[in-house]
Amino acid sequence: MASLVSHPDEVKVVSRRFGQGATNIDRYLELDGYKAVQKAFAMEPDAIINEVKNSGLRGRGGAGFSTGMKWSFVPKQSAKPKYVLCNGDESEPGTCKDRLIFEHDPHAVIEGVMIAALAVGSQTGYIYIRGEYRYLSIIMQKALADAYARGFLGKNIFGSGRDLDIYWHGGAGAYEVGEESALMESLEGKRGIPRIRPPFPAVVGLWGGPTVINNAETLASVPHIILGGAEWYAKVGTPKNGGTRLFCLSGNLEKPGVYELPMGYNLRKMIYEVGGGIPNGRELKAVVPGGSSTPVLLPEEIDISMDFDSVAKAGSMLGSGGVVVLDDTNCIVKFALRTMKFYRHESCGWCIPCREGTDWLEKTLTRFHAGGGLKKDIDNIQYLSENMLGRTFCPLGDAAAMPTIAFVKKFRKEFEDHLEGRPCPFERAGAVEQLPVLA
Amino acid sequence: MKFSDEFETRFTMMARHYPTKRSVLVPALLYAQDEIGYLSDEVIQEIARRLELTELDVRNVISYYSMLTTKPRGKYNVQVCTNIACMLRGGEELFAHCRKKLGIGHKQTTQDGRFTLEEVECIGACSWAPAIQVNYDFHENLTVEKLDKVLDGYQK
Repeated sequence: MASLVSHPDEVKVVSRRFGQGATNIDRYLELDGYKAVQKAFAMEPDAIINEVKNSGLRGRGGAGFSTGMKWSFVPKQSAKPKYVLCNGDESEPGTCKDRLIFEHDPHAVIEGVMIAALAVGSQTGYIYIRGEYRYLSIIMQKALADAYARGFLGKNIFGSGRDLDIYWHGGAGAYEVGEESALMESLEGKRGIPRIRPPFPAVVGLWGGPTVINNAETLASVPHIILGGAEWYAKVGTPKNGGTRLFCLSGNLEKPGVYELPMGYNLRKMIYEVGGGIPNGRELKAVVPGGSSTPVLLPEEIDISMDFDSVAKAGSMLGSGGVVVLDDTNCIVKFALRTMKFYRHESCGWCIPCREGTDWLEKTLTRFHAGGGLKKDIDNIQYLSENMLGRTFCPLGDAAAMPTIAFVKKFRKEFEDHLEGRPCPFERAGAVEQLPVLA
Repeated sequence: MKFSDEFETRFTMMARHYPTKRSVLVPALLYAQDEIGYLSDEVIQEIARRLELTELDVRNVISYYSMLTTKPRGKYNVQVCTNIACMLRGGEELFAHCRKKLGIGHKQTTQDGRFTLEEVECIGACSWAPAIQVNYDFHENLTVEKLDKVLDGYQK
């Protein structure tokens, strides 16, 4: 459904089978499918974990935590069943990559869950897919049924004497459920209220059992690592940032799309070469480098390597891989307001700093954008945001606060231009219609 | 309260996937809603009974998830994304156009019960923005003209 793009700089690992008909299990097998899991069967669990550790694979959901390390936290012995949970609740604004994986290569996700299950000694896996992605849950259900029919799942898989079940699970619309403890609550049939940590899910997770939770792209990368080897995968990226990443380019670009680029790819090149630059002869104004929750970067800050550590050093986050590009016709106050409106809508209300903070910030920004802002509001916006940081169970409060702080810090003048009843300087009739829309 | 055979088969199958009954709740509610159109009192009572939950438990969960609704909707739920990536490429104009064309606002339904309009948060179509979803179908890279054609396609 979603159209595919390509660029010569791409290194296709996770996207290797996109557009190749790999939803069909026979086609998947032709394209080296289910070879990695068979290789993993011959390995000790610790060897699998070490291989993933050495590959430098870090969580593609946004936090960027070492996947192998996460797996190693699961206790070897457990009285309660252990679980593997694939997080396919992709909802960070700017992010649309897991969707392509489920659409084009669902078996890679299943195989990744299988390998994770072998590594941590689990017999049950769940693949959670966001509710809006109904067509993908249909694709996934078919893929699972095919894998069962071949004996790849169920009892005595691949004749190994081991049993492994994997099920899909559907959400019903909630950004917060993408946070791992809320994801577990949701899978248990409850409101997605985050849990306090510790204990971490690796120790006390689903129904109290040790649980490994990884993003869909992370898990889809695992079979390639097992087959190609940690050394090869690590070399594709930069030190401590192994492999490739699906970058979702969106916003004011000539060629938006999802491109698989090596970790550490230069952001300026990503925007001007891969993404084709800014249309209509406009100038770059700002970039949100890793989904709506990541602090904005200015045009002079984009000569950076897109890996977790370099983007963190630049004061932002690589996040979920959603690169949102703004040209100079856009109003930052309005953009900040739309971002905050989202977080206010998605805040579950469990933690007061997030519930009240997002509401106040949306109200203040709305008033501000309408020309009713007061000078002291600018500092108040920053003060409120800073007081949300680190004061909530889940990172939704941080996700709302971090970009807002950056908008105020980096575009203070633009906030001031909205003061004293002045109309927004960017509200021009038809400004948005001038943007080209791809056929 | 009677659901279709398809729902019953799915419900029975899903119930086997989890160690607790309750885990079926969210997907079961969504499938029930797809069938009945909304989560009526009868649906809520029935699901609560089956999963050995109180009605309050079920309503608590319903109110958390944005896709679940206890109010009837039109045959086609037009969900227009105006979140950042869509906003930058005309999502707000699409929403304004829908309001004008359908003569309804956010979460309202046309008189003939054909369309409900909803301004939604990110639907995961950022690289193909602006985008809308009609029920579960994605329509991407839209312009106002293309949107007209999409909506006309649902008139029949």
